[in-house]
Amino acid sequence: MNQPISLTLAQKAGPKLTLGIGAVVLAILIILPLLHLLPADNSLQVSAYTLTLVGKILCYAIVALALDLVWGYAGLLSLGHGLFFALGGYAMGMYLMRESAGDGLPAFMVFLSWTELPWYWTGTQHFLWALCLVVLAPGLLALVFGFFAFRSRIKGVYFSIMTQALTFAGMLLFFRNETGFGGNNGFTNFRTILGFDITAQGTRTALFLAIVALLTCSLLLGWRLAKSKFGRVLTALRDAENRLMFCGYDPRGYKLFIWVLSAVLCGLAGALYVPLVGIINPSEMSPTNSIEAAVWVALGGRGSLIGPILGAGIVNGMKSWFTVAFPEYWLFALGALFIVVTLYLPKGVIGLLRKKGEQ
Amino acid sequence: MRATPVPEFMLEPAYDPNSDAGTSRDSLGLGRAAGAGLDVRHGTILTLEDINVSFDGFKALTNLSLYIGVGELRCIIGPNGAGKTTMMDVITGKTRPDNGKAYFGETLDLTRMSEVQIAQSGIGRKFQKPTVFEALSVFENLELALKTDKSVWASLRAKLSGEQRDRIDEVLSTIKLESSRHRTAGLLSHGQKQFLEIGMLLMQDPQLLLLDEPVAGMTDAETEFTAELFKSLARKHSLMVVEHDMGFVGSIADHVTVLHQGSVLAEGSLADVQADERVIEVYLGR
Amino acid sequence: MPTALLRLFPIFTLLLSLLAPHAQAGDAADFVAANPAKQATLLETWSAHPDAARLPLIEALQKGRLASDSNKAPFIQTDTGWQAAEGGDAQPASEPKKLPLNNRLRGLVGTAQASHQLLAKEPAVRLAAAQQLQKSAKPAQLQLLNARVASEDDDAVRDALSLALANLQLIDPDPAIRLAAVRLLGETGDPLARTRLETLLDPAVETDAGVRTAAETSLAQVKRRLLMGELLGQAFSGLSLGSILLLAALGLAITFGLLGVINMAHGEMLMLGAYSTYMVQILFQRFAPDALALYPLVALPVAFFVTAAIGMALERTVIRHLYGRPLETLLATWGISLILIQLVRVLFGAQNVEVANPAWLSGGVQVLPNLVLPYSRMVIIGFALFVVVLTWLLLNKTRLGLNVRAVTQNRNMAACCGVPTGRVDMLAFGLGSGIAGLGGVALSQIGNVGPDLGQSYIIDSFLVVVLGGVGQLAGSVMAAFGLGIANKILEPQIGAVLGKILILALIILFIQKRPQGLFALKGRVID
Repeated sequence: MNQPISLTLAQKAGPKLTLGIGAVVLAILIILPLLHLLPADNSLQVSAYTLTLVGKILCYAIVALALDLVWGYAGLLSLGHGLFFALGGYAMGMYLMRESAGDGLPAFMVFLSWTELPWYWTGTQHFLWALCLVVLAPGLLALVFGFFAFRSRIKGVYFSIMTQALTFAGMLLFFRNETGFGGNNGFTNFRTILGFDITAQGTRTALFLAIVALLTCSLLLGWRLAKSKFGRVLTALRDAENRLMFCGYDPRGYKLFIWVLSAVLCGLAGALYVPLVGIINPSEMSPTNSIEAAVWVALGGRGSLIGPILGAGIVNGMKSWFTVAFPEYWLFALGALFIVVTLYLPKGVIGLLRKKGEQ
Repeated sequence: MRATPVPEFMLEPAYDPNSDAGTSRDSLGLGRAAGAGLDVRHGTILTLEDINVSFDGFKALTNLSLYIGVGELRCIIGPNGAGKTTMMDVITGKTRPDNGKAYFGETLDLTRMSEVQIAQSGIGRKFQKPTVFEALSVFENLELALKTDKSVWASLRAKLSGEQRDRIDEVLSTIKLESSRHRTAGLLSHGQKQFLEIGMLLMQDPQLLLLDEPVAGMTDAETEFTAELFKSLARKHSLMVVEHDMGFVGSIADHVTVLHQGSVLAEGSLADVQADERVIEVYLGR
Repeated sequence: MPTALLRLFPIFTLLLSLLAPHAQAGDAADFVAANPAKQATLLETWSAHPDAARLPLIEALQKGRLASDSNKAPFIQTDTGWQAAEGGDAQPASEPKKLPLNNRLRGLVGTAQASHQLLAKEPAVRLAAAQQLQKSAKPAQLQLLNARVASEDDDAVRDALSLALANLQLIDPDPAIRLAAVRLLGETGDPLARTRLETLLDPAVETDAGVRTAAETSLAQVKRRLLMGELLGQAFSGLSLGSILLLAALGLAITFGLLGVINMAHGEMLMLGAYSTYMVQILFQRFAPDALALYPLVALPVAFFVTAAIGMALERTVIRHLYGRPLETLLATWGISLILIQLVRVLFGAQNVEVANPAWLSGGVQVLPNLVLPYSRMVIIGFALFVVVLTWLLLNKTRLGLNVRAVTQNRNMAACCGVPTGRVDMLAFGLGSGIAGLGGVALSQIGNVGPDLGQSYIIDSFLVVVLGGVGQLAGSVMAAFGLGIANKILEPQIGAVLGKILILALIILFIQKRPQGLFALKGRVID
């Protein structure tokens, strides 16, 4: 783990080029949803399917970025980020379920012949409270788990295993009907968000733009963090935790801060993902999903900010192509990707690009 | 069992630079450790008494007692396995002694403080194997070591003042790494890393420096330079140097302690110690 | 009731049947001729006065094989054709029509069958019959039951019969008889008696206050007896789960603890072991059906070598390049596990395959009325311990074990001493995988065998290794059984899922207390 970390392409390939590419990509991402608003017979119209797919991948890119902050910078590989993502999604889903149920109970509760809402559903009909939950649920869970984990100096693979067990436990919990989150089926059949039809072109466009905004903000935040002394302390922590402690830094606070921040980012991504895709269920918490996020980051390049976003795009692009063209072989391809990346691409795609840039 | 005192939660910036009358920088807000600076009324900066440490039945330290005076430069010698590194582990809180007393100054009980608290109260340590932050540049390494508020919030907003920049430059020139200031530390040679680590200690400005084999891998000229550096540090700081290089020890030490099988075998000037029959027997050889 | 007469009663029936052979010769004909009401009466009479000779008729009724031709002559359908129900070799006059039975009659047939089976020679059949009667006995059978209780010589059957009798007496109009029955129930340790007694606590069901009080006392007694069985049952299933966790985690303890490799494909080694068992079973079915019962024994070495070979191949091709980078091994082996799962799906289909227990592994020992210890689980507990001992011997008493430990402690030094580290790594990894394959054989005997089999064990196994302390066999054993028993004790109290979550929380809290004991070697090791 001693490859020099560089913040983005910006430092090596010249800020102008990177900023230029970034601006073009951002412009495309802003124009794309606007094209969706065109009438369906227009040849430039972007279909709802494409928009949803790209939006989904952008949500995953935020997750990848969040995971990179803890893994690439602080050296903590979390295999449980799917849990935070899903918690944010569920918090938003609660609001959406309440909206579509009106004054009554959400459909799955009626089905279970419940007569009143569980206490933790209180206030979820208010969008603002749902937003608070989106931040609080993953944030508090990460805070509590992180506090205990970092206090007993769990790191490396032990940390990974514990986080994987955590998301596994969460999945089991949410599979139960009694937990009050729709069990197996989770939440679906949303109708409106803030009174707007959730499948309307306008709503979809707005959601997409919100996702683009969140990704941009996360990127800027990550960039600021990486440039600050805080970022340097994290890198130091990753490479020589003991040295850092003898320098008088308490690693726990640093780890906890970045860990909770990363969890909250995931929660926000999940909260935007759910209304766009229209469903959230416990399988989002399965360990498989979380570990797949790790391969996005590894493929893109750890310890850079653009890398994970690229990685999420490449893997999910491949996935949507494979699952249509060769559904049988997707898992082979994904498995091979895991192996190839760890064996031959330790610095990821971004490392390759950088090498090319230097030549 | 590790009886770590539970520190206050560390996110809030409990540290107020103005209230810091002495040397103990306590960003954890532990009132006990903060006090009014280090109490060295009796001229002793480090007190170890009857320390015992055992690992799974193996006794690494047996009834070790050792005192370091303020401003003293003490050399510790002894054969491999004598317990030198374990002793440093005890002082820095990495290993908890089974029993015995370890005090920094008159009041700070090292056995009840965490590693971070100990580092913040003014004990700096250089590891046997040079340990620097390899992914960061030389300048950034020194910046991180700089004596300042080290809480999370402070780091998020930290900006180097001109004064701090000057201080880093000063240390850079002391350790002769000015030309490598932007090089990645991982690319430095072994000797340069040693110097960088010493430089980081200087940035920390601790009252007591623990140096584990600081000149291993250095050229003669570098060794000589290091000796001068340490001598200039003594008096203002207290130093404890573990070293096998007897030439180096001879050039810096006014006082030498010989460890053997986890306890002090002999103590005195280098000449006295070198004349001691038992020391010759176990360490120096005939 | 005069007991002497009761004792004579079966003999009396026997005599009757001997003296009047065609008294039953007409049974089938009577039944065929009767209307449903009359049929019910007939069945009730037969239940009260069972006769061994009537058993074929009742069994035919029970299987719905009794029919009649156009002459109302009764016939029983056999696998090959029709046989006259009254004996002889009469042929049906026309294609016989099967007798329709309504639900009430079907219930009565069941009762009649049970009371006839009470006369059977095998205690097991009698026991089953008595247990059937506990649920379905009719008041008319009171005398019969009394007689059988008195003459029964097998303790278990007599207890079961007493219970059936008591069940009948509970609805007797005489409170004294009910009281006696309640007391009798109090002496059993049967879950059925508990439910029966619980209903009696309701004043609407039991009008007599004395009987209600007695029922309460008896209930307490029954519950106490049942509790014992429940606790033992939980402890046993805890041991059983623990032994499975142990088999799953042991190989992991080797690859993780000794080689420092996080093998996420370890679960798939279990899966491959189970599929090897399946293949061995198929081969036996095809080529040696007579020796089918022995297939698990043959499957053990086959599974071991198959998984060990796959493990060694993986070690040489992928894992070898990743030593010292545990997080990378985690990702790469996860990729391997995806490929293996998909491969098995493509080869064997996504559905579970059927692996049948051989006869010697099915069934179990009934220790208490509510506690049956299945043979398969007992064998697996023993097997797990056997594998642990074997592994310990292998690691501590052989040259290979010495080499493995040497490489673990100081790879460079070992290499300098001429230990072929590459070969040792490969063998150690193969050993870990092979043990997982053995675990897979065991798992195939108690659970479903499907492509996802390994996934459900991998997290638990890692928790065992983490909790037990890395590189310590004894720790793994303790942790596996501890986790297993804790799981099974928590399960009935708060449910399986909450139990698992609670255990995870407990593990996290536990390592707060003992971090270095579990996570790091003690000593002056710095980074």
